[in-house]
Amino acid sequence: MRALNDIYIITRRQLLLLSRVPEVLIFSTIQPVMFVLLFRYVFGGSIDTGQPGGYVQLLMPGIFVQTVAFTLAGTASGLAEDMKKGLIDRFRSLPISQSALVIGRTLGDSLLNIVVLAVMGIAGYLVGWRPSSGIGNVALGFLFLLFFGYALSWVGVLVGLSASDARVVQNVSFIVTFPLTFLSNAFAPTTGMPRALQYFAEWNPVSTMVAACRELFGLENQFGATAGSFPSEHPLVTSLFYMVVIMVIFIPLSLRKYRNYAE
Amino acid sequence: MKSVIAENLVKTYDKGKVCALDGLNLDVEEGTVLSVLGPNGAGKTTVVRILTTLLRADSGNAQVAGIDVVNNPEKVREVIGLSGQYAAVDEILTGYDNLVMFGELYHLGKKQAVVRANELLERFSLTEAAKRPIKTYSGGMRRRLDLAASLIVKPKVLFLDEPTTGLDPRGRQEMWGVIQELVKGGVTLLLTTQYLEEADQLADDIAVIDTGKVIARGTSDALKKQVGGERLEVVVEQQHIAKTMEIVSAVSGHTAGLDEGLRLITAPVSTGSVALFEVLKSLDSAGIHALDVGLKRPSLDDVFLALTGHVAEVKVEEKEVKK
Repeated sequence: MRALNDIYIITRRQLLLLSRVPEVLIFSTIQPVMFVLLFRYVFGGSIDTGQPGGYVQLLMPGIFVQTVAFTLAGTASGLAEDMKKGLIDRFRSLPISQSALVIGRTLGDSLLNIVVLAVMGIAGYLVGWRPSSGIGNVALGFLFLLFFGYALSWVGVLVGLSASDARVVQNVSFIVTFPLTFLSNAFAPTTGMPRALQYFAEWNPVSTMVAACRELFGLENQFGATAGSFPSEHPLVTSLFYMVVIMVIFIPLSLRKYRNYAE
Repeated sequence: MKSVIAENLVKTYDKGKVCALDGLNLDVEEGTVLSVLGPNGAGKTTVVRILTTLLRADSGNAQVAGIDVVNNPEKVREVIGLSGQYAAVDEILTGYDNLVMFGELYHLGKKQAVVRANELLERFSLTEAAKRPIKTYSGGMRRRLDLAASLIVKPKVLFLDEPTTGLDPRGRQEMWGVIQELVKGGVTLLLTTQYLEEADQLADDIAVIDTGKVIARGTSDALKKQVGGERLEVVVEQQHIAKTMEIVSAVSGHTAGLDEGLRLITAPVSTGSVALFEVLKSLDSAGIHALDVGLKRPSLDDVFLALTGHVAEVKVEEKEVKK
């Protein structure tokens, strides 16, 4: 019970931070909204999807996934910042559950994702995104996205605690997430890629997530089911599998890192 | 009763290449202040981190308030307060937010946490700044808030790791005032510092550490005695110098030295204030009015030099800055 209370207080701190620095919230939503507009109007005209409703239908799931993937960077840099300021020492010297700080941090970052996804959903709607699968499936899609962000947030914990410098964290997370989101089916068909990259793109968790969301939002074209591989045939199951694997690996690693971080 | 006991603590970093603690022994008597004094890299922060459960020693034992830090870290955390080298408070949040949050993390409950936060803000003269984000605070205010955060539940043992490092002289004075108040209230305190003057001002007892070991331990007075006795110093008018030197030499038993420019006559004495009184009496009956007279004890700088063979690092830095 105490542990839950500790986690609740740390999570609330994250929200308090957001309310004190609304810029963070504004910029975390402006960037994805900007991506929506750029891709929708710059590439949308030249990519033929054969999809009723056009490119924006395929684009939105891609941008949603890209946005939640950046949770990794957010969690990592937030923790690195706390570490630099000695705040982690303070928390660790308190009689609280030792994992509360990192769990609270990951939960807080997921709450931020809810707001960001809501804003993006509205922006998408305004530029023509119309999911056709009914409210239940759309909600399930968003739940899936949040879960994916949460899993990656644990990777962020490890990155944040391992970094020697807070400035490095931002760069490292960027270098990890950027290729992952682009070497995927998120923005363009994978069929145009070199063969080797196609395989990578098909097994890439970002692609399976995007494909899963497209399925949940009622789309058929998945931008790259070329190889007929397992992940492109069963994106939902594969994505779920990835998320569980990420958490099973990174939650214990991150918690151990946190307990021993001073060593 | 001993509130802090550290026995034979050894801690190495970088797979044994860097030895931070090399069999360190320490203890703090309940209700007293121990200052751990040493230059940068002597192992001060490592000791504090081990005693506050943030770091595990490679070997050795440590107890805080009778609780083993290795076997029972959770219990130790319930009875300690720690304020580190950095003001470990959330910069974006206000002083009030920070204290309430920490109060809740100490499981005070919201209501009690608010009451306690206001008490502490008042006590550390931060009430006016309570609703401002920490990033607008001065260095001294941040440290005071950090100290307040470590006092939310009255800790049995308080650890302050270099509480005034990086503060300007005014901030340091304020911090000393605050700590002295705490000491009067009877807190058990372990304080690390690289400022010799700070140890002298705040602590009952001083442990001088160098390269991971305690090299001397005692009260400020005892340490000074260990290095050498006191010196008697008298300043008189030019025409009285010869006669005064005669008197001082007679009392001291050693030939008095003279700094002509300052008209300062000095001689080592072993009887302290008795010698001082004798000199004053003799000067008086000789009709000599002393402009200045005093007993000078060796400074802690002298102590450090005598004990380690090198001056405390901070002094070197200060000299470099002056150049």
